[in-house]
Amino acid sequence: MPLPADTLSYDFDEEGVGFGAPKTPAAAHGDGLSGAQKIALTMVGLGLLSLVAQVSGGFIAGSWLGLATSIGLLAVGAILAFWLQHRDSVAGIKHDGIFFSSLLARGSAAWIAGIGMTGLYVLLYWYPQYLGQPVVGGEPTGLIRVVDPLARLMTGYPASQWFLYGVLYTGAIFVFGVRMIMKYRHNRYQQIRTASVAFFQLVFAWFLPNLLVRFRQPYMEFNGVWPLKQNYLWPEKAAGQFLDAGAFGIFLLCFAVALVVATPVLTYFFGKRWYCSWVCGCGGLAETLGDPFRQLSSKSTRAWQIERWMIHSVLVIVLVVTASLWIDYKMTGNLYGSWSGPLRQWYGFFIGAVFSGVVGVGFYPLLGSRVWCRFGCPQAAILGLWQRFFSRFRITTNGGQCMSCGNCSTYCEMGIDVRAYAEKGENIVRSSCVGCGICAAVCPRGVLKLENGGTHADRYAGAATPITAFLDALEHRPKLVMPVAASGSQRDDPAVKRK
Amino acid sequence: MHVVIIGNGITGATAALELRQLDADCRITMISGESKFHFSRPALMYIFMGHMSYQQTKPHPDSTWADNRIELLRDWITDIDTASKQLSLHKGGTLDYDRLLIATGARSNKFGWPGQDLQGVQGLYDLPDLKRLHDNVITAKQAVIVGGGLIGIELAEMLHSCGVPVTFLVRESSYWNNVLPEPESAMVSRLIRQAGFGLKLETGLKEIEDDGTGRVGAIITDKDERIECQLVGLTAGVSPNIQLVKETAIDTGRGILVDWSLRTNVADVFAAGDCAEIVTEGDGRNLLQQVWYTGKMQARIAARGLAGLEATYDPGIWYNSAKFLDLEYHTYGQVNLCIPAEQNLYWEHPDGLHSIRIVYLADRVIGINTMGVRFRHRLCEAWIAEQRPLEYVLEHLAEANFDPEFCRRFEAHAAAQFSKAVA
Repeated sequence: MPLPADTLSYDFDEEGVGFGAPKTPAAAHGDGLSGAQKIALTMVGLGLLSLVAQVSGGFIAGSWLGLATSIGLLAVGAILAFWLQHRDSVAGIKHDGIFFSSLLARGSAAWIAGIGMTGLYVLLYWYPQYLGQPVVGGEPTGLIRVVDPLARLMTGYPASQWFLYGVLYTGAIFVFGVRMIMKYRHNRYQQIRTASVAFFQLVFAWFLPNLLVRFRQPYMEFNGVWPLKQNYLWPEKAAGQFLDAGAFGIFLLCFAVALVVATPVLTYFFGKRWYCSWVCGCGGLAETLGDPFRQLSSKSTRAWQIERWMIHSVLVIVLVVTASLWIDYKMTGNLYGSWSGPLRQWYGFFIGAVFSGVVGVGFYPLLGSRVWCRFGCPQAAILGLWQRFFSRFRITTNGGQCMSCGNCSTYCEMGIDVRAYAEKGENIVRSSCVGCGICAAVCPRGVLKLENGGTHADRYAGAATPITAFLDALEHRPKLVMPVAASGSQRDDPAVKRK
Repeated sequence: MHVVIIGNGITGATAALELRQLDADCRITMISGESKFHFSRPALMYIFMGHMSYQQTKPHPDSTWADNRIELLRDWITDIDTASKQLSLHKGGTLDYDRLLIATGARSNKFGWPGQDLQGVQGLYDLPDLKRLHDNVITAKQAVIVGGGLIGIELAEMLHSCGVPVTFLVRESSYWNNVLPEPESAMVSRLIRQAGFGLKLETGLKEIEDDGTGRVGAIITDKDERIECQLVGLTAGVSPNIQLVKETAIDTGRGILVDWSLRTNVADVFAAGDCAEIVTEGDGRNLLQQVWYTGKMQARIAARGLAGLEATYDPGIWYNSAKFLDLEYHTYGQVNLCIPAEQNLYWEHPDGLHSIRIVYLADRVIGINTMGVRFRHRLCEAWIAEQRPLEYVLEHLAEANFDPEFCRRFEAHAAAQFSKAVA
């Protein structure tokens, strides 16, 4: 019997043409904005308007009223808008339309946003005068002047470009943190984790460091670890500033060293996530402002190859630069390096500013939220090595429940092809995983769970010790250890096992 | 040796990759008229709703097939000649095989309703259905979905996401209560109504009306109610897609008849997945399993047969999972099957969004059902396989939880209530 005509005539190019957004009659789209949402968006608009007016013309710029009616109004309006948006919906995963969105799926809006954010970083790093940074001793103008009252209150100094950056950064984490907590209000792991990154940003990375400035102490962000904050253990800071600042300076130095020492211990118990998605400032921004863009990370094998080379290269480079600076300092007594000075400057420019800032954050809307964390951060590389070979953390999969839909892989900000493991019922032990837990949240079948309890044998079938696992990995070095193509592992296959 | 696999769904694709692991040398060709590469059909809804792009629903990188020397052919098979071991291709030409696996899946049921072939009437099973939905939704101001199973609620959610109002016609007295026990079924029914879908219980479809242009204009229920609609989703289950083999030497019943090694009556021809019906001795009730994981497990057995090895399919302890709107559902073992002497323990949270059910006999637990709580598959499976008594399962209930960290845990509370109930 022949197949029906409509079957035989089906020849759609799903790869090339694909499926866009469904086109429904205009009448079908009924839901508009509520009155409260309109008020919230009006606040955002007025805040922006006030900001523009203050930047260009003075107006009430530099006063508390100016700050409250610009950045303040903007933040409160945005928080209110996010809160209202999610309040009335049923708790659950809300990803409708993400891949039809110009902003969230690399359309023209994403390019505008990406270029805008990149531009802001370029101005901050290299052209702060256009943001109103004064010449030494002068008064700030422009955008920087808007946050001046807060700077004077916090630090006792006029605002600088870096104070402005801190306000915007912390503000973004709070505004988008509220969005994150409302979006995932059915998932307490996400709520607690988001509250944690917001807390560490506000207290450890913003309030306490500004207090240090106020009391004329060396600047330090207490959630910053060498080598992410590379200079914390470079001679200029460690030997220069910290040791110069008496007992308190020694405390700061001990704190910086303690974080480095604590890294393997905490990673053994909790995995890389204790830092990357609970404490770190870069992670904090990625998990809040970056959350809408997490689906843009590349899952290709090529991206994985580049990632492994690039992130470990940065780690080697930072180790070499750090060692060079200390040797140089011991030999010549120069805190900033005599022959190693150019290395220090080169690292600060290319890795510290261009990679982690301009590319890492500016490109959120184009490359996803964790570009820096995945390809560049040397601290993530160290944490990753510990996690991969010596940690109780792994993502476990729930037997045979996976039906390969791919939500987990799509929404993995680190570009891990989670599904490739889940569909085989294998544990996921990957150095790049930051433990954000979104894969487990978006899974419609309850297949994934982040767990700390694993013994080593439980993490790796057939590799009894970290050393053998490490040697295994080295052996497979020329070829990526991509999960084997066959979609079933013998050891977890009831059909084959019982035969 | 040339092995040809008809169909690139989960069964065909799994069999092809598994066969390559078992036999490094044979030539493998996988044919599909539906898509160039294997993709995950359960993800159809996520493509439509914009959660994922089509490309992201493909479980393997495109290079996988060439890397494993699996030749892909985009075509429909129009005839199988088992005597000369030859397939006819729709685009012209023939293809010879030495061994054949038929993995053609299933089709949405149509029960002979008047108007069931009008424009705007469709099921939701494969990529052509998704394309059809994109075409049909353009003029849809109102949709009716006939049949309240897992696919029905997915289709409702999809239409809802783009603003098309949906009315459900469900023959049963409560949503999916041929599978879900009453309280769980009531829970889902309540959520369906909360989501704003019309839900007409104990109501069937009588007729689909033509709007005069060959498109659907309205439906009439078996209670003679007329509902205007421009789109009708037929989601009253699926049946094996056996049209291709009906007039060949291959035996069919409801599906393609196979033995426990997934061999058909014709030498060197195998069938597996949604299209296969396993002939059982004894009670005469053949085994027709049409879920994702059984397709995958059957594929591995069929691959062994294709490689010339012996293997017997063991369906194991039944399990499944689903998501009804935002409510997750896990089931293990025998639930709602009215086993003689079975007893049930049921706990439901006052919020009506979480429940745990244990089905047991005098000496052992035989089934577990959860709503809004994730349970560990391998642990539940082991309890049932090892015939653990109720007391043992209650004592260890908390270990089965698979919810994300910091989520509220209900097992201790439920177990305490259960213990009190049986004491």
